[in-house]
Amino acid sequence: MSAASHTHGAAPDGHDAHDGGDPHGSMQDYVIGFVLSVILTAIPFWLVMAHVFKSPTVTAFSIMALAGVQIVVHMIYFLHMTPKAEGGWNMLALIFTLVLVTIALSGSMWVMYHLNANMMPTTEMTGGAMAPGTMAMPVGTMTEGNKVGGNTTSPGDMGGMKMPPPASARDPRTMP
Amino acid sequence: MSSSSSFGASPADQNVRAFHLASEAEHHPENGTLLGFWIYLMSDCLIFAALFATYAVLGTSYAGGPSQAELFKLPTVALNTSMLLLSSITYGFAMLSMAKGKKGATLLWLGITGLFGAAFVGLELQEFAELIRDGAGPQRSAFLSSFFALVGTHGLHVSIGIIWLITLMVQVGRNGLVQANRRRLMCLSLFWHFLDVIWIGVFSFVYLIGVLR
Repeated sequence: MSAASHTHGAAPDGHDAHDGGDPHGSMQDYVIGFVLSVILTAIPFWLVMAHVFKSPTVTAFSIMALAGVQIVVHMIYFLHMTPKAEGGWNMLALIFTLVLVTIALSGSMWVMYHLNANMMPTTEMTGGAMAPGTMAMPVGTMTEGNKVGGNTTSPGDMGGMKMPPPASARDPRTMP
Repeated sequence: MSSSSSFGASPADQNVRAFHLASEAEHHPENGTLLGFWIYLMSDCLIFAALFATYAVLGTSYAGGPSQAELFKLPTVALNTSMLLLSSITYGFAMLSMAKGKKGATLLWLGITGLFGAAFVGLELQEFAELIRDGAGPQRSAFLSSFFALVGTHGLHVSIGIIWLITLMVQVGRNGLVQANRRRLMCLSLFWHFLDVIWIGVFSFVYLIGVLR
């Protein structure tokens, strides 16, 4: 374990030959990164706590934009990401992850939003007595299939979620 | 890869096996560990992406319970955020001391980083305790389940990071800034700064935008 057994020791102090390609950053890098991060953190907190914008949408978009910038600042000044780090493999892994994250986040929100929009009328029909999110199942629409437990439902009746006539209650835009 | 140590294997075998048998201070491929660790962090990023997506979907399902605006105290969150940000720069100072080979300064900055990290976890646990005491525990609504899952997973990561940090402080204290310890400190550096990046998403998306709703 002694440093003397170190075989890379081409440079006088042993480790420099090995560390040459490692990301270190300088004092200046860390200070710039820190100051930028403080500013980019303070602004969104100020926007929300001082109610700077009237519209919550504008505030929300500003917060997300500032968060995006701050993430890039952290990547550059704290994580020392460069296109050349690790021969480009670092960046490639990062880009691949970002693609997956984008698909997972936007895909989940898109699918679940549409699912919510299409399921909502069932809840409304039961008179609003049910907590949001619980599956509404009006007695009148019970079919043979879900009385036995739902396992034998045919693709046609969707396990009791069959829509009864009053289509006027539904937003036509959300019709499948 | 040519090792001076001999274990009685044939030369061809030895080239392969010496890689595992040699003491850990030598024979690591250039930066291999750091790239591998980066790929681990990217997979960790996917875990957080799944938790963020869950929160994005369930964040408005209150089940008649309290909403973000009623529960979150932004001054506490701001204090929490500053703790994590300060711990990031003090870890940076530890890395700079390490690059200069100053063992004492490295240990000092690591210790300060650990204290900031502990303050962060402490504040977060206090927040969780208050929420649970007020009946807003993870079982109250889908929103709170996803909130505790996301923020709790982040807090768990920071806690494990602190344990790792203490372990490395002991190792640096015993063996000094040898190559193996430098490599470990660099991995922890990536881990620590990565958690700060995740926290940017948490305080922006969960706390700040949540209060707006």
